[in-house]
Amino acid sequence: MFRFIARRLLETIPVLLIIITATFFMIRFVPGGPFTSEKAVSPEIKANLEAHYGLDKPLYQQYFDYLGSLMKGDFGPSFKYPNRTVNEIIADKLPVSLELGLTSLVVALILGITLGVIAAIKRNTWMDYFSSAIAMTGICIPTFVLGPLLVLVFAIHLGWFNASGWYTSYDRVLPAATLGLVYSAYVARLTRGGMLEILNQDYIRTARAKGASEFRVIFRHALRGGLLPVVSFLGPAIAGILTGSFVIETIFQIPGLGREFVNSAFNRDYTLVLGTVILYASLIIVLNLVVDVVQVWLNPKLKFD
Amino acid sequence: MSVSLSPSADRLPTGIPAPEDLEEGTSLWKDAWHRLAKNRLAVFGGSVLIILAVACIVGPWLSPYGYEDNNLNNTFSPPSGAHWLGTDQLGRDLLVRLLVGGRISIGVGLCATFVALTIGVVYGAVAGFFGGKIDSLMMRIVDIMYALPFTIFVILLMVFFGRDIWLLFLAIGAVEWLTMARIVRGQIMSLKKMEFIEAARSIGLGKRRIIFRHMIPNILGPIIVYTTLTIPAVMLLEAFLSFLGLGVQPPLSSWGVLIKDGAEKMEEYPWLLMFPGVVFSLTLFSLNFLGDGLRDALDVRSSKD
Repeated sequence: MFRFIARRLLETIPVLLIIITATFFMIRFVPGGPFTSEKAVSPEIKANLEAHYGLDKPLYQQYFDYLGSLMKGDFGPSFKYPNRTVNEIIADKLPVSLELGLTSLVVALILGITLGVIAAIKRNTWMDYFSSAIAMTGICIPTFVLGPLLVLVFAIHLGWFNASGWYTSYDRVLPAATLGLVYSAYVARLTRGGMLEILNQDYIRTARAKGASEFRVIFRHALRGGLLPVVSFLGPAIAGILTGSFVIETIFQIPGLGREFVNSAFNRDYTLVLGTVILYASLIIVLNLVVDVVQVWLNPKLKFD
Repeated sequence: MSVSLSPSADRLPTGIPAPEDLEEGTSLWKDAWHRLAKNRLAVFGGSVLIILAVACIVGPWLSPYGYEDNNLNNTFSPPSGAHWLGTDQLGRDLLVRLLVGGRISIGVGLCATFVALTIGVVYGAVAGFFGGKIDSLMMRIVDIMYALPFTIFVILLMVFFGRDIWLLFLAIGAVEWLTMARIVRGQIMSLKKMEFIEAARSIGLGKRRIIFRHMIPNILGPIIVYTTLTIPAVMLLEAFLSFLGLGVQPPLSSWGVLIKDGAEKMEEYPWLLMFPGVVFSLTLFSLNFLGDGLRDALDVRSSKD
């Protein structure tokens, strides 16, 4: 297993390099630059600014300079936020997104797996339809409707929470519920599907024949295999959930990283785009590696090759 | 399982069926079709989808209003005899906008399904089946595609090709097969170790036949479940892309955009959110019933009815 993980970690180096290179040149192909804005900047000031940030050098030179500073762990200065480095911005905003993401993830997993397992073992009864209906409601109601709806009911009419902001721990409830409910719907559907596949297998019949209790059959034998599709889905989903959601952070005015993914592209904030992309890519790669390890752990027939 | 054993006159004298009778079994698909037709919920879901699709295609021609006809004397009128679903902030008829928007949303859903089912399933199956270096390479490509910044990709498309509705399909097609590929790969990897695949190999079947004939029918469950999850997700992703400027441009609309606009005015003019929301949910619920029915009908292991 350690050889498998070591080899995969070695493979991430070329993968990251390709992602960085592609992103670096992709964003430079987009017309406009960080200093073209509605406010007309005089050509001299613009030239000075570009010289200050090294944008006047040839592109390949900038590319190698960037890789060089990256090796030292320096993501460079932000173009849009004056006097701030990308490292500082990420260090500032990532913990907020992580906190919201982890809370939502816990909500999504507990709710989703419970609903999915109930739906599968009580297949085609009212309990199945009921939990499937809850899951479908979560999928049908997009975050940009569910968020304002929860605000309207629980913040404005009932006055239990603040409508937006990120100050007290109460402020975490509505955004985490919004994000968690949406993901729990996906988890529930995939769990139900995966469990139904497994419950027909011979080894479940064997377990029952041995006299294992129904609880043991479900949680010890069936759930392991039934969660396989969920695990594949969760790799990229967790990377997305942890790096913040543009919609949720906009609705609830949360100072997280999700908004920077979209805004930095619009602002042509080259270094911030690259910083967020590298962060997201690393998370994707690590989580997909974790998924592959967990898959082997869940399915004893698989081996690390 | 109904196996047709048609009595035929030219039986061999010993009572052994003639060779042509042996060939005559019901195929997986024919069998599945019979089971699907017996599933009332699935038939209901399928019928609703067909009715909705026909209404979206034909409906706008039958309406006295055009989707872009403003009437500033009749803004925000609640549902009435003249405007069955009311009007929006420019006095446009909501019903005809909903039907025209449905064309876009259904088109996007079909596009994503097509891409996920063709590229995603085949890619994942090939990677999972061959394993080793091929799998490593193919999955690292998927990692790269996941990590590339989607917003910038969309802006680039817009800059180089202008605002065109076809680019929306291209952008969605480019990303929607990735998770499907990972899910299918995970399932194929665990299926590969099953005895019946070893049996298929030992009788010398070709790799292509093993994958498409023996493995994919066995994982149709997760494939269908994930497809029914992908469709709503892309219909909502389209709303986000339209917000970024790619996708539908006013006065044209789509379900995602109508829901997004309705959410902003949900307290004062609730019908603007309610009707698009209901149609959207109805579509997804129907899709889900049909998907669950298909899953049950195609389940090669269940021997009930």
